[in-house]
Amino acid sequence: MACNILISDDSISMRKMLAFTLTEARYQVTQADNGLTALELAKTQTFDLIITDVNMPKLDGLSLVRELRTLSQYKYQPILLLTTETDPEKKQEAKRAGATGWIIKPFNPDKLLAAVRKVLNCSP
Amino acid sequence: MAVDMTEVRQLFFEESFENLDNMESNLLDLSIGPIDKELVNSIFRVAHSIKGGAGIFKFEHIINFAHVTETLLDEMRKAEHLVTQPLIDLLLRSVDIMRMILTSLQEGTKVDEQEVLDCENQLKSFLKTPIEVPFLEGHKSTSSTNNTIIPPTIPPIDPAEMLIEGWHINFKPYPTLLATGNDPINLFRELANLGTLEIFPNSQQIPSFLALEPQTCYLSWELNLHGQLPKTVVEEIFEWVEGDCDLEITPLKKNLPSQIAPNLHPISLVPSGKSSQREELSASSQKLNAEASSTSLRSAPIQLGQPVEIKTEKVETETQSAPPFTLPLSSSMENPTLSIEAINSPIPSLPLHLETLSLPLEDPVKPPLDSSLDTHTHRNNSSEATSIRVGIDKIDDLINIVGELVITQSMLDQVGEDFDNSKLIQLRDGLSQLERNTRELQESVMRVRMLPISYSFNRFPRLVHDLSVQLGKKVELKLSGIHTELDKTVLEKMSDPLVHLVRNALDHGIEIPLQRQLVGKSETGLLHLHAFHQGGNIMIQISDDGAGIDLEKIRQKAIQQKLIAPEDRPSEEQLYELIFQPGFSTATQVSDLSGRGVGMDVVRRNIRSLGGAIEVQSTLNKGTVFKIRLPLTLAILDGQLVRVGQEIYILSLLSIIESLRIKPQLVNLLAGKAEVYKLRDDYIPILRLYDLFQVTPGTTQLDQGLLVIVEGDGQKIGLFVDELLSQQQIVIKSLETNFKKIQGISGATILGDGSVALILDVAGLIQLFHGRTQITVPRSASFTRNLI
Repeated sequence: MACNILISDDSISMRKMLAFTLTEARYQVTQADNGLTALELAKTQTFDLIITDVNMPKLDGLSLVRELRTLSQYKYQPILLLTTETDPEKKQEAKRAGATGWIIKPFNPDKLLAAVRKVLNCSP
Repeated sequence: MAVDMTEVRQLFFEESFENLDNMESNLLDLSIGPIDKELVNSIFRVAHSIKGGAGIFKFEHIINFAHVTETLLDEMRKAEHLVTQPLIDLLLRSVDIMRMILTSLQEGTKVDEQEVLDCENQLKSFLKTPIEVPFLEGHKSTSSTNNTIIPPTIPPIDPAEMLIEGWHINFKPYPTLLATGNDPINLFRELANLGTLEIFPNSQQIPSFLALEPQTCYLSWELNLHGQLPKTVVEEIFEWVEGDCDLEITPLKKNLPSQIAPNLHPISLVPSGKSSQREELSASSQKLNAEASSTSLRSAPIQLGQPVEIKTEKVETETQSAPPFTLPLSSSMENPTLSIEAINSPIPSLPLHLETLSLPLEDPVKPPLDSSLDTHTHRNNSSEATSIRVGIDKIDDLINIVGELVITQSMLDQVGEDFDNSKLIQLRDGLSQLERNTRELQESVMRVRMLPISYSFNRFPRLVHDLSVQLGKKVELKLSGIHTELDKTVLEKMSDPLVHLVRNALDHGIEIPLQRQLVGKSETGLLHLHAFHQGGNIMIQISDDGAGIDLEKIRQKAIQQKLIAPEDRPSEEQLYELIFQPGFSTATQVSDLSGRGVGMDVVRRNIRSLGGAIEVQSTLNKGTVFKIRLPLTLAILDGQLVRVGQEIYILSLLSIIESLRIKPQLVNLLAGKAEVYKLRDDYIPILRLYDLFQVTPGTTQLDQGLLVIVEGDGQKIGLFVDELLSQQQIVIKSLETNFKKIQGISGATILGDGSVALILDVAGLIQLFHGRTQITVPRSASFTRNLI
């Protein structure tokens, strides 16, 4: 079964780039343009992985992670944050919120796929 | 993997420009003083996402610039700054700079680096914390690779690490490791992709079955990773579990047996297909090399021989990931030749490693594009002028109507199949349905071309902000009716006239704060742009509460310019009319904004060329209102068909004031040339259309035909025609694609019976009339009296 990945980013070009790369790698991709939509989508089905931007309208990435971690089906699911922060302090903040890991923007498709593989147990 | 990013790139530009527009309008909404967190947040997000997106394409200029802007905004977000006018101005300037950089990137032109640097330094001077250089991966890459994604680069190996044979990793996860979604098996799989991995699990912490928590991590591992790798690569794999485990990474020394398991021969585990596995890893990351890695996991030796049988989900996964426990020790000794070779001759094996390591650098899947070609692609990408965004609801409407059209067609088809008189009613119903469908379709298609006026209005907040700063005035801009839609062409052509009117209002209309206070008005002037529908037209009102137009000043100026005689007593309308005369300006001081006297006549000409009209109302010290009336669309007009002899002409319904039968006793001959008709207090010149177009008329007797009074260019004229026919919507076909422009005719249309009818241009007809008679058409009654 193909892995189901939810991506959440308010930038269309970023979403497109993520979706394009992941779909090429034969993952199944669902998109959300803000944190709130992502949360709603995540409740309707269980995704194998959620990749979310940090800075988003309505619900930011860190709050989304915290919200997701309160749901039983996402307690141990991998969640990756897309961030431009390289500050270790911010990384720790992400960890405390419950993020599995982070992808530093800018990234190229290979970096993205490497990061995805690092947390996914299913194969595309 | 090389991904063609052209499309994503184009999307990035579109999105960034849109974001910058939002950033600009949000900046203009910022009020001086404490921070509006929500607003600053959304401004911050723009800079942030531009920086993030630009990183993908390695647009260094914008990344660095956006980073500085973002840092300043971040400080604002944390309320480290108060909003001040200079701060807003600077941020607005940075919006301009980002726009400029993006435009030049899109068009492949050069960036004005000095300006970028200037603004960047200004931004930095505001910063409270020193700036750090943003993280930029692949910084050295050239811009020619913009359209391709560069394969991952493996960092160069530190010469000191060359001699290192691999890494020994002591990995002790805390029990809570799994709670963040990290799974050791994934880490091992990644490690196995880097080289040969030996895994030695320690399961001593596993409690009895009853005490077992499925979501707790009880295992810990010692790992040997063989391969000449920089430490950072190994550390990177464990990056995400840092803080969730005890981790020690120490070098494995050459010629030394494994540090944990001296009884095992580690080299024996070098898979025979090592180099090919390497290649696979570096050449493509698309396909997960899962099988290869699991093989190396499975073939790894194990120190603790006891099998662990636990039937709980998560831990089971881990035990599966652990290598088979039954691996005989002897199997690791099966290939002694290879291992000895590998140990004893490290130098020959070195080039091979370097070769495989450098492979991704030397062999990008897609060669970098030639820079000229690259520029060419940019040009093709910028197509915003020819495309419009259409709301999905409009498209849905179209599809609906087309659906109905198909139904109507099939219904008519059925009627026509074996037609007899009994089906006449059905036929009539079908035809009327068809008519309705066609009309709806026409309206819907027209709606596709319609854009909300906000496209044009949205530039004004910035314009007004900049101008009011420049002029030292305080102005509040109010926009209303911004969702009013009008034709794209009309909208585009209205843009300049509107800018002119807004500039005028700021420059001449609204007074400086002190002066406003003197006349008892609030310091802040109000400029109101208002758009609305009125009787099939779009109305745009530009009103200000400024000084108003001083009619006496206009009169003096007009006398000075010899437009009127000192003894003339022109009416208010006539004086207002003078504003629209070329070269007329009452501004005593010429500024670069307005006052040069070029403008209002151009404004009116532009509006008239769109089939619209402009009028002005003003009260001294209360303000001025400019009212612009525009047709909804340029492609369709409500027409009145008139007949002259055998010819049919079309007049725009909007231009017709009235139609009447001529009383011969009210016709006067002027200077023996022109006929004028006395209508109430007005004298209207008569233009005999048959004479102008040289067609044989039905009648030359004025009392036999009709006089259609039309208005164009602010002047009235009576057109003598044989009779009025129907009124209908006319689809305008341009004549100018095939013929040269003919004065008095604005286009043509095809009538229901297939014949062609010319559409008359009233303003052109009036000019023709001037040419023929050499007599100025009077502008109003009082002037006419002077003439007669």
